[in-house]
Amino acid sequence: MNRLEERTLREIEKDNDRKEVRAPMSGIFYRSPAPDQPPYVEIGDIVKKKQVLALLETMKVFQKVKSPAAGKIVEIAAVNETALKDEELMFVIEVE
Amino acid sequence: MFSKILIANRGEIALRIARSCRELGIKTVAVYSEADRASLHLKLADESVCIGPPDSRKSYLNAENIFKAAHETGAEAIHPGYGYLAESHTFALACLDQGFGFIGPTPQNLKIAGDKIVAREMMENAGVPVILGSSGPVGSIGEARIESERIGYPVMLKSAGGGGGRGIRVCENADALAEEFPIAGMEVRASFGNGELYVEKFIADPRHIEFQILADRDGNTIHLGERECTIQRRFQKLIEESPSPFLTSRLREQMGNAAVTAARAIHYFNAGTVEFLVDGNENFYFMEMNARIQVEHPITEVTMGLDLVKEQIRLASGEVHGSLSPLEPRGWAIECRINAEDPERNFAPCPGTIKEYHPPGGFGVRLDTHLYQGYELPIYYDSLLAKLISHDRTREGAIKIMKRTLEEFRIGPVKTTIPLHLKIMDDPDFQAGNFHTGFIKKIVPEEEED
Repeated sequence: MNRLEERTLREIEKDNDRKEVRAPMSGIFYRSPAPDQPPYVEIGDIVKKKQVLALLETMKVFQKVKSPAAGKIVEIAAVNETALKDEELMFVIEVE
Repeated sequence: MFSKILIANRGEIALRIARSCRELGIKTVAVYSEADRASLHLKLADESVCIGPPDSRKSYLNAENIFKAAHETGAEAIHPGYGYLAESHTFALACLDQGFGFIGPTPQNLKIAGDKIVAREMMENAGVPVILGSSGPVGSIGEARIESERIGYPVMLKSAGGGGGRGIRVCENADALAEEFPIAGMEVRASFGNGELYVEKFIADPRHIEFQILADRDGNTIHLGERECTIQRRFQKLIEESPSPFLTSRLREQMGNAAVTAARAIHYFNAGTVEFLVDGNENFYFMEMNARIQVEHPITEVTMGLDLVKEQIRLASGEVHGSLSPLEPRGWAIECRINAEDPERNFAPCPGTIKEYHPPGGFGVRLDTHLYQGYELPIYYDSLLAKLISHDRTREGAIKIMKRTLEEFRIGPVKTTIPLHLKIMDDPDFQAGNFHTGFIKKIVPEEEED
């Protein structure tokens, strides 16, 4: 895991089995790899650790937002194609 | 000569163009997005017009709004800068149709140069050596896979519609190709509005050397020497220098002739750049024609003593030129691109507010930047903050000036590439001119992409 990812996947654990995925920096949030393609994940999806959940575009660079753990997507807090601030909540995952 | 020019760009290049216009006695119109209201380029222009929301597709890439601004302000010509609409042949054509001068090549030049596949074919026919690649754009992952298998992995996915390193992805195998293909398409669409990709054989550890071209409408074409652009990160140039420490006079002559042949083959007009890859055995290959003013043009300007933007404007205005005679370079110039990126975090972008700003100065220094203290870097645009250029009689002298200048330059708290450039200036291989495109990995070990 690189340092950026460590930050990307900053895990602020509310309790033992929920992990929050927050924006590592300000940027535009994209739920799908292209406008005409389905979102990477939906609520209720089971994801693997390091699975791509979304893209974050900052200064023309697209970074992959990866899951910090295996589990289930229980909340998608960020709205597609909107600008997020540093640390803004993107996903909540219920850890397996 | 034009009396008023609209500058269809932002950031340092918008300032740079406004400055040349002012010296030529030409009025300028700046355009800006809602995210750029506090941008410096508005202050240097005589007039400014808002052309849309922050998303560049709706502002800096919005031809309709740009033309509206040009009509309203009575601009006679449009300078597109680099990126955005600079290489759009439809935009150039629309400029001419609407009665504006387009400060750049002809629409036909842009169409050929912009179609990397057609350009490559024309170069091959003109006898300019080229790299093996897909015979057309690849529209799907499936097509990309077929072409990649024919060419042989590793391959590079590249934008068919624009340069600047955007969207370039190296794929070692079919799995990597499947993962990278959609993301490369996104990046390319965001930068150029055209998501077409093509596949090219990946040449390991080459040098990247380009030649500046100037051509008038009668086909008189000269080159203004080379720029060594080998030091890159993520396929985007980080340091450029002119001349190249790698070229022998024989190779320089061969490549210079090939560059002029390449430009003539497509009846190129105005300023442009022919990019080559050079392998370890001094074989060189045409990579692409950059039909625009390049980011790194200042190093040619300082060694040649010529303002390339003024030349672009003069040529576009139809001013009888006649001065396209080869120039002799004087001394050595180096440019460091100062980006809002953290080299220690895999060059991740670093948006934020510039709270500390102290620009360098002194002998042999040029600084092209749109920064000022208190400027908030928008998240919507690329991370280039400044171009720092040093010039001296020798390469050693230019490196010493660059080092001193980098030490003076203070930008904070946003992370920048300044500390990285300092490391490079101190590197014995860099000082010896001994490097290839993989050089940066030695300075910043690449972090694992998984």
